[in-house]
Amino acid sequence: MKLLVATRKGLFVLNQSKIEKPHFLGDPVTAALREKGDLYAALNLGHFGVKMRRSSNDGATWEEIAVPAYPPQPKADEKTPWKLVQVWALEADPAGTLWAGTIPGGLFRSSDRGASWALVESLWRRPERAEWFGGGYDHPGIHSICIDPRDSRRITLGISCGGAWQTRDNGETWNIASHGMYAEFMPPERRNDPNIQDPHRIVQCASRPDVLWAQHHNGVFRSTDGSKSWQEVTAIKPSKFGFAVAVHPHDADTAWFVPAVKDECRVPVDGKLVVARTRDAGKSFQVLGKGLPQQHAYDLAYRHGLAVDASGKHLALGSTTGGLWISENQGDSWECLSTQLPPIYCVRFAD
Amino acid sequence: MPRVVFTSNLQRHVSCPARDAAGETVSAVLQEVFDQEPQIRGYVLDEQGELRKHVFIFVDGQRARLSNPVGEESEIYVLQALTGG
Repeated sequence: MKLLVATRKGLFVLNQSKIEKPHFLGDPVTAALREKGDLYAALNLGHFGVKMRRSSNDGATWEEIAVPAYPPQPKADEKTPWKLVQVWALEADPAGTLWAGTIPGGLFRSSDRGASWALVESLWRRPERAEWFGGGYDHPGIHSICIDPRDSRRITLGISCGGAWQTRDNGETWNIASHGMYAEFMPPERRNDPNIQDPHRIVQCASRPDVLWAQHHNGVFRSTDGSKSWQEVTAIKPSKFGFAVAVHPHDADTAWFVPAVKDECRVPVDGKLVVARTRDAGKSFQVLGKGLPQQHAYDLAYRHGLAVDASGKHLALGSTTGGLWISENQGDSWECLSTQLPPIYCVRFAD
Repeated sequence: MPRVVFTSNLQRHVSCPARDAAGETVSAVLQEVFDQEPQIRGYVLDEQGELRKHVFIFVDGQRARLSNPVGEESEIYVLQALTGG
């Protein structure tokens, strides 16, 4: 079992729960992906910008590949600089096309293993984009890219803060896909506007792709109609705020969350780090803390800080205070692998 | 000919030894360097051709912009700003 752990100070690859040598030690790694024989890492160097690296030999050596770049910014245009700030999501479809979600809100794709990237202009030029705004960062960003396993032309995006967007024709056209979410942080008349929602993370069930789960700024939501509509899941406990969500690949009714107190106090409730699991589509939740720190724990799992493997049995949880845990029984109990890693941005199984 | 010196911290990511390059402005001199070593460009400038937010340039000891003129004997230092750390 291999696990990629992207952190504020490097990429750590774990093999059978043991940390192999760190890669890019000292450099922020915001996203990582294993795609067939290649490893990809997105770096965000504090001074020198975003860089992309690829390894074809399991990390023995890395080569620099192209970076998604925005086209020249029209003079008259808007407040958002057309400059890459961060690669926030990296995914691959079955044909090997790479998709990169970025801050400030552009979606890019590469058909040549990252040798070149093209901005998906059809989304970038949507007039609604002017209404998006930053969530956690100065500018809006795409953090979730759900590629439908039945048909990879159907892609659902999660944007903070721009709601969910969906294409059914490989990015030719896009529709807003966050109806049903609500935003308490907005004035009443904009509360239900799908275009300004802040889904912190959206995941899609591999075996029932019409089921998607979202941990939103204001709660947990679920869709059973391929993101056409969303319903709030109010049974979540111990709190409804959080960033991360994972869904069982073979059981759309099973999903996991890592709740925190609320938006202005982003720490676990009562200092106990727990994972909330539902097995019945959100009707009820179990609060799982066995093996996780249960006093004075201030760990927060960020958007990509929770992952489930292809079997649905193994989970990984990484926190912004450098804690890393795995579970081999769907969260019933957890084993601590480290409490002193750098702040963790992303955990991802790479079998 | 002006001389361009890059911070050693950049050397960690991309080969960029000090070198002489012709030009009458910072921008022109850097362009000459980028023509020789295209990979350096993206570390110093963003995709809009502007100096990266957390990169500083000094010419003969003074903070400079890309448009600043440089002399035949000038030394251009490309440094990391502490703001980006």
